[in-house]
Amino acid sequence: MQPDPATTVPVPAPSVRRIGKLSRPAFVLLVLGALALISIICFMTLGAKGSWSFVLPFRGRKLLALGLVAYSVAVSTVLFQTVTNNRILTPSIMGFDALYVLIQTAIVFFLGIGALGTLNPQAQFAAEVLVMVAFSGLLFQWLFLGEERSLHLLVLVGIVFGILFRSLSQFMQRLLDPNAFNVLQDSFFASFATVDTSLLVAASVIVGAVTIVGIRLMHTYDVLSLGRSQAINLGVDYKRTVVIILTLVSVLVAVSTALVGPITFFGLLVASLAHSLLGTSRHKYVLPAAVLLGIVCLVGGQTVLERLFAFDTALSIIIEFLGGVVFIFLVLRRAAR
Amino acid sequence: MIVAQGVTKNYGTSCVVDGVSLTLPAGGITSIIGPNGAGKSTFLSMISRLMSMDMGTVTVAGLDVTKTPSDVLARRLSILRQDNHMTARLTVRDLVSFGRYPYSKGRLTLEDKQQIDDAIGYLNLGELSDRFLDELSGGQRQRAFVAMVLCQDTDYVLLDEPLNNLDMKHAMGMMKLLRRAANELGKTVVLVLHDINFASWYSDYIVAMKNGKLANQGPAAEMIDPKVLSEIYDMEIKVHEIGGQRISLYYE
Repeated sequence: MQPDPATTVPVPAPSVRRIGKLSRPAFVLLVLGALALISIICFMTLGAKGSWSFVLPFRGRKLLALGLVAYSVAVSTVLFQTVTNNRILTPSIMGFDALYVLIQTAIVFFLGIGALGTLNPQAQFAAEVLVMVAFSGLLFQWLFLGEERSLHLLVLVGIVFGILFRSLSQFMQRLLDPNAFNVLQDSFFASFATVDTSLLVAASVIVGAVTIVGIRLMHTYDVLSLGRSQAINLGVDYKRTVVIILTLVSVLVAVSTALVGPITFFGLLVASLAHSLLGTSRHKYVLPAAVLLGIVCLVGGQTVLERLFAFDTALSIIIEFLGGVVFIFLVLRRAAR
Repeated sequence: MIVAQGVTKNYGTSCVVDGVSLTLPAGGITSIIGPNGAGKSTFLSMISRLMSMDMGTVTVAGLDVTKTPSDVLARRLSILRQDNHMTARLTVRDLVSFGRYPYSKGRLTLEDKQQIDDAIGYLNLGELSDRFLDELSGGQRQRAFVAMVLCQDTDYVLLDEPLNNLDMKHAMGMMKLLRRAANELGKTVVLVLHDINFASWYSDYIVAMKNGKLANQGPAAEMIDPKVLSEIYDMEIKVHEIGGQRISLYYE
């Protein structure tokens, strides 16, 4: 039964406290949007020397990369937490990005460093994403598709997988010749100052495609956050929907890891902040809020560090520190209950 | 009418539900009773497609639950389990609104809003409707979930131990409400119950399970019988008639 558009009314949201004429989520989104805009303007203009025709495209590419990272990390974390029905685990904590690093290392290890140079970086990136999706599909679907499992088991499995992937990568890296290792390691150190801009076109296309699929599933997210049995009871095709969402999550993790390297706690930071600022779990608010928070953190943080303090690679450390604090806080609060 | 044929579920080598075939009548309240580990909840989960079955078929109103699209079933059959852990922070009204999801996929129509108000009123949740679920007591939460299931407006309502965590007053209120839903709204209510006196007082039909098998079934009046109950529970159970109702005593 399709709703008659004429009688469609907005979803009631009496729960939200109102600030002025705006509901609380709308107010939060407005403030975050303004902050993100200010960050972007500052990032593009502050400390610009020389011709604008050089500065704007140069910084624009970096801005696009940071934006894609913020978007990928925020959306993948929120959706992953919705599907797994928890607020502590994120794709990075479960070892998704370690998997990506492993795939890249394996390529260099088995095909040689020449493979990185001779292949078209965009085509190589697309291939890596495909491998990533296939592997994560095999590895993680059995975890989330069967009957419900305890969160503690998932945390342990995630940590074990993460260590396994990292150890395998490190083992292969030890056997590489120093030149190859050097090139490889460069891409694994999370850095927002030296984003890899050669993949921007491929990354934008992929993120765009993910977004189109994601928006078509938008109505299922709130229902999935009620948990598996309620989602099935309410008629969501659970298995199919979760497979699609986990695939989207793997693709987004691949995009962000390829652009800036693995970042463990950033997603947790923005997702938790979005939830607590909004006071509601509705995805139509949480998803944009998390993305805007990500942009404020990355673009704003990078601007402040580069222009005010002239630091270069410290942003990832600061973000990881804050995110780690949030993680410990969440774990402790859960234990206290 | 719910028809189960040869329904079987194994966990590893142990058989939790072993070839259960039965027909539950449409309309009225049917209670599933039995000792711990009899497979009652597993059986209910399989009827409601929450759990896959290893063998057998279940049809609800002629629809095969494993083959019918989930969203079609969601308009005919609803299930409420005991464990409703969720991370989403919702108000009572938000939760009840989800009951309309099978019909409107998140875009509520005026008719949906009416149904939501009706369900909230039916469970006397009017004053609580803007409170968050984590601010409510266990009994109030339970009522909110039942309101959601009623808002789903399905002919078949399945509940797994709906009286858990409820005190006497709320347990009685819940059973009266289900009775009203069966009588006034013509619902078919199937529930797993532990308290055989609640089963005796409020159900029309009782199904007993033991060790994964169907142990006995029949109208409530026939099932609440010392011999029948003693066999199901492996203990002595006396049945007294008090004020026209059969009450079991098993405390000695």
